[in-house]
Amino acid sequence: MSLLEVSGLSKHFGGVTAVRDCSLSLEPGSITGLIGPNGSGKTTVFNLITGFIVKDAGEVRFDGRSIGNLGPDRIYGLGIGRTFQLARIFPRLTALENMLVPVRRKGLRGLFSPGQRHDERQRAMDMLSAMDISAVAHLLAGSLSYGQRKLLELAAVMMAQPRLVLLDEPAGGVNPSLVERIGEHIRELNRQGVTFLVVEHNMPFVMNLCGEIVVLHRGTVLAQGSPSDVRANATVLDAYLGS
Amino acid sequence: MTRLRRKDAAKAIAMVAVVGFALLVPVFATDPATTNIAVFTAMYVGLATSWNIMGGYTGYISLGHAAFFGFGAYALGVMLAHLGIPSGFEPFLFVPVAGILTALLAVGIGWVALRTRAATFVIVTIAMMFMIQLLAENLSGLTGGGAGLSFPVPPWSGDFYNTPFYYAMVVIALLALGVSWLIRRSKFGLGLLAIRDDEDKALAVGVPARAYKLTAFIISAALVGMIGAVYGYYVTYIYPQFAIDPLIGISMVLMVFLGGLGTLWGPVLGAVILEPAQLSFAYTFGASKLYLVFYAAVFLLVILLLPRGIIPSFMDLVARVRRRRAVGPSAPAATASDPHAVAGIQSP
Repeated sequence: MSLLEVSGLSKHFGGVTAVRDCSLSLEPGSITGLIGPNGSGKTTVFNLITGFIVKDAGEVRFDGRSIGNLGPDRIYGLGIGRTFQLARIFPRLTALENMLVPVRRKGLRGLFSPGQRHDERQRAMDMLSAMDISAVAHLLAGSLSYGQRKLLELAAVMMAQPRLVLLDEPAGGVNPSLVERIGEHIRELNRQGVTFLVVEHNMPFVMNLCGEIVVLHRGTVLAQGSPSDVRANATVLDAYLGS
Repeated sequence: MTRLRRKDAAKAIAMVAVVGFALLVPVFATDPATTNIAVFTAMYVGLATSWNIMGGYTGYISLGHAAFFGFGAYALGVMLAHLGIPSGFEPFLFVPVAGILTALLAVGIGWVALRTRAATFVIVTIAMMFMIQLLAENLSGLTGGGAGLSFPVPPWSGDFYNTPFYYAMVVIALLALGVSWLIRRSKFGLGLLAIRDDEDKALAVGVPARAYKLTAFIISAALVGMIGAVYGYYVTYIYPQFAIDPLIGISMVLMVFLGGLGTLWGPVLGAVILEPAQLSFAYTFGASKLYLVFYAAVFLLVILLLPRGIIPSFMDLVARVRRRRAVGPSAPAATASDPHAVAGIQSP
């Protein structure tokens, strides 16, 4: 059974149709690329899946359960994490505190007990170390470089151990060596069992990383298949380059 | 570790000194003019601290908290009048009830107002305040309407009169400080600070923002309502424009901005500076509204010179001096806004 099943998803903003009858499914343990020209609806699809905007039609099922009407905080709680197009962190919290916000606790007592529990702190530091940014753990996140913010955002999202993570342009705006490292981190997390859906404009990066590519054009799925299939697909080339 | 422990010990001693001083005020300051200032200062310490739980931690600036203040006063006044409670110490027992009733009001107001963010939220809270004021005016069967509402006058002599009210204000202020401290170091408080920084991002990492904001709003309002109740009993007579006074709502906000938005002690400092200054201003220039000019000047100066308030600016200064000492005068100035900055850590 697929982990995420999107069927017939549609969204209009006034007269503009951002997403039209979009269907895709993600197998557990896969890394899928979601590509398409600017304005093709990739980020809108992300926002629909994660509950930031309400769909007009269609169905989103995660692990067999319909999540189309839940809010973003509930959806994160079920195990779908996401990052944002321009890395979003909490600038006036330290990097470590940024890591602790997503940690989930049970019950009211957990809520009003101290915000930094020893075990959670340890886990956060381990994760920061894995991303090679443990040296900045006690700096305010707002003082970090853009690359560090990207790594911090990814690290923080992983704190609640989501099963599916949607990455919005993980390689955008960072230098080539960091692009490499981010790719490595994604592969490593994937080896640990996390499923990824990745929006990305950096074609070599996405073709290299993903086992499956979904091409979105004007809000609908234009093509789907392995990277080599998609690269050879004439309609995809048309959509990107214009015929 | 020892340095940390020494810091904690210093903090604890400072706390005991401040609380001890607060508790002893009526012992060494006996004349009513001084204790009157003490009552109002303790009142504003509580108000600013309570407001900060919402405004400072979540970044939602409510200019309508005067509604909860006035509502608390009316709640106690109506209870005393309709339940026939005699004056003396007994009315103080009903102050928590006034707080609970104010909390219920805050559930309703928060439910609506927290559908909005930023500037819209500010406007909605102001509108809500005037609606409560109008209700106090028009529900005259309950509130006495424009003619006002009288409380039973306590049977205490002039010298002693202020003392019970002072202690009531101090107890609530300490309660507010305790709650504020507890929230700031809790998981819940971390969520509030995350909402302040980026609400959508907070939602994306599972912070139930709406429930968090509403909870902070209700806690903040309930404390303000209790303070309002004590105030009503203290002044013994209230009417709508007096109890639900926009200037009270603005004063607590100004104090928090002066001391340091979102810090634990900033609101206390702001209140301790501004309220005695305002009262002595009123004593010197008569009961005119001239102090508003003074307030406006303070607001301008804070925005121009200390936009983040006294405590964060002071902490920055300390951190900068320490850094300079640690690495010598030639070290580059690191991020000024960062109290945790450690020199030598470079970006990869």
